[in-house]
Amino acid sequence: MELNELLDCVSTLSCVVTQVSAGLTIGMLLFLVASGLTLIFGVLGLVNFAHGSFYMVGAYLALAGYGATGSFIVAVAFGALGVAVLGLLCERLLLSRIYGADVLMQLLVCYAIVLILDDVVKIVWGADFLSMGVPDSLRQPPFIVAGGIIPYFYAILFLVTAAIALLLAWGMGRTRFGRTVRAAAVNPAMVAALGVNTTALYAVVFAIGAMLAGAAGALSAPIRSVVPGAGVSILIESFIVTVIGGMGSIGGALAASLIIGLTRSFGSIGFPLFVEGMMFVIMALVLLLKPSGLAGRRGA
Amino acid sequence: MRGLADSLRGDLLFGALAFALLAAVDLGLGSPGLLDFTIRFATFALLALSLNLLIGVTGLVSFGHAAYFAMGAYAFGLLMQTGAWSIPAALVAALAASALFALVVGALCVRLTEIYFAFLTLAFQMLLHSVILAWIPLTGGDQGLMGGIPKPAFLGIDLARQDHLALFSAFCLIASAVILRQVVRSPFGAALRMLRDNPDRAAFLGLSVFRYRLGAFVIAGTFAGLAGVLMSLYVSGAFPSFAFWTTSGEAIFMIMLGGISVFLGPIVGAALFILLNDRITALTDHHGLYMGAILLVLVLGLRKGLLDFLVEAWRERKERRS
Repeated sequence: MELNELLDCVSTLSCVVTQVSAGLTIGMLLFLVASGLTLIFGVLGLVNFAHGSFYMVGAYLALAGYGATGSFIVAVAFGALGVAVLGLLCERLLLSRIYGADVLMQLLVCYAIVLILDDVVKIVWGADFLSMGVPDSLRQPPFIVAGGIIPYFYAILFLVTAAIALLLAWGMGRTRFGRTVRAAAVNPAMVAALGVNTTALYAVVFAIGAMLAGAAGALSAPIRSVVPGAGVSILIESFIVTVIGGMGSIGGALAASLIIGLTRSFGSIGFPLFVEGMMFVIMALVLLLKPSGLAGRRGA
Repeated sequence: MRGLADSLRGDLLFGALAFALLAAVDLGLGSPGLLDFTIRFATFALLALSLNLLIGVTGLVSFGHAAYFAMGAYAFGLLMQTGAWSIPAALVAALAASALFALVVGALCVRLTEIYFAFLTLAFQMLLHSVILAWIPLTGGDQGLMGGIPKPAFLGIDLARQDHLALFSAFCLIASAVILRQVVRSPFGAALRMLRDNPDRAAFLGLSVFRYRLGAFVIAGTFAGLAGVLMSLYVSGAFPSFAFWTTSGEAIFMIMLGGISVFLGPIVGAALFILLNDRITALTDHHGLYMGAILLVLVLGLRKGLLDFLVEAWRERKERRS
């Protein structure tokens, strides 16, 4: 424990600026993954245990796209859209067969998908750590705010993820499609009776959820090492986020993601070995005090 | 409780026969491969069997069961490495450690059901995994417990010998199976099944859903701890992979292979899983690809385990005849 260093940091503005900006960026990336998970759960009632693998595949596809074109924008688009297609295939071919089945079936099918994707990635890209590095076009001097350093690429990541989050909020809140999706989450039978093709709706929602995970994986490829099996830790983190925020609530997921992001960035100074543990402590507290989460609708 | 006493006698007889058969085959053939298989089979069968008390009987799908497996393995390994403990004493202490850990985690987890329960148990397992990795002075981090585990002989049993360890593992499995079957058939077990099928009714009848679920969680965790002890005896150490989520996934896989609704299903599933796993590992490097594909066929095609399928087919045939 280096709690003194944490105190030193909190009392200097420059350090706070640096850590808060890093925490917000980590939190927003986490939010993309967690919002996909919570969207799928809210509408389809399915917890996508393979969500972390979608994140991982997104990172690998971005790596391939970047290698082929040298453009980070193409790389992220390739990662996000590739995973959307992958998600669509998984939903149509496998998961749609077990809607309404018990939790065990869902877990087992997703577990099989995780096993297969991990191995496919290993066959295509090898089992070693790969790293993409920050693209040359985005290597700019960092912003200095009140003495605190904000890396240029982190600022870009924050803007992009915030834009995606706003787009998601607008899409779900203001468009006809979003209203239909929200209605289907509450009463799918009624929505189907009104003439909406819920089978297609589910497939699209699943693809969007997968795409969010893929986009997060692609965006974070330059700052994290890419390795088979990398999906599990992000899956657990985004699960913690959905528990803290409340299953099915996108707003709750946002708040919880930022809490976890800040815990990570400040924790790496104050208690580097206990950062993971701290997330579990927060989750356990939320579960004990408010089991449905910060913004939970349904009691767990 | 005459019925229970009768069933106990039957189970003991069956268990003794099974043990005699296993012992005769193991000692008669005496091939190292068979002894090795017996130890691994007993270890994983025990893990799967204990997990099925939660999944099949209580209706709680735990995806973090390997946490108690790892706890048993590490506790036993660490105690034996001090050199001050005999095997039976360390075994009992390791079971107590697993039980205590299951009690703490269970008290948090069993308030939730369904997918929340599955993920929360998984999360605590991954917490244990990261603690094992980070606490290097105690656990050796990602290298695992190195330096071997001393196995002083007790009561004429020398577990450093492969044949003794095989028989000991088989004995542990069979004794645990007899105990677990008694648990399942006891009034406590009946209450657990009611919690699975209709928790609201159980609550209306005045049963404490929390206490019964927690009880099942601790019992399952304790037997998983015994499986962990066997594992640490087998590999003469303990490794972080014991606490990794794939170990829990494999245990669920075994249950799915063998059958959820039949008591012996997980044991059959463990045997099938190990045979399948060895065959696939020998044939290809892409182990996950094939195991995943088999799992998909099983879950989406059969939708139940092998023994579930056979027992149902047999029952249907009997009904058609009568």
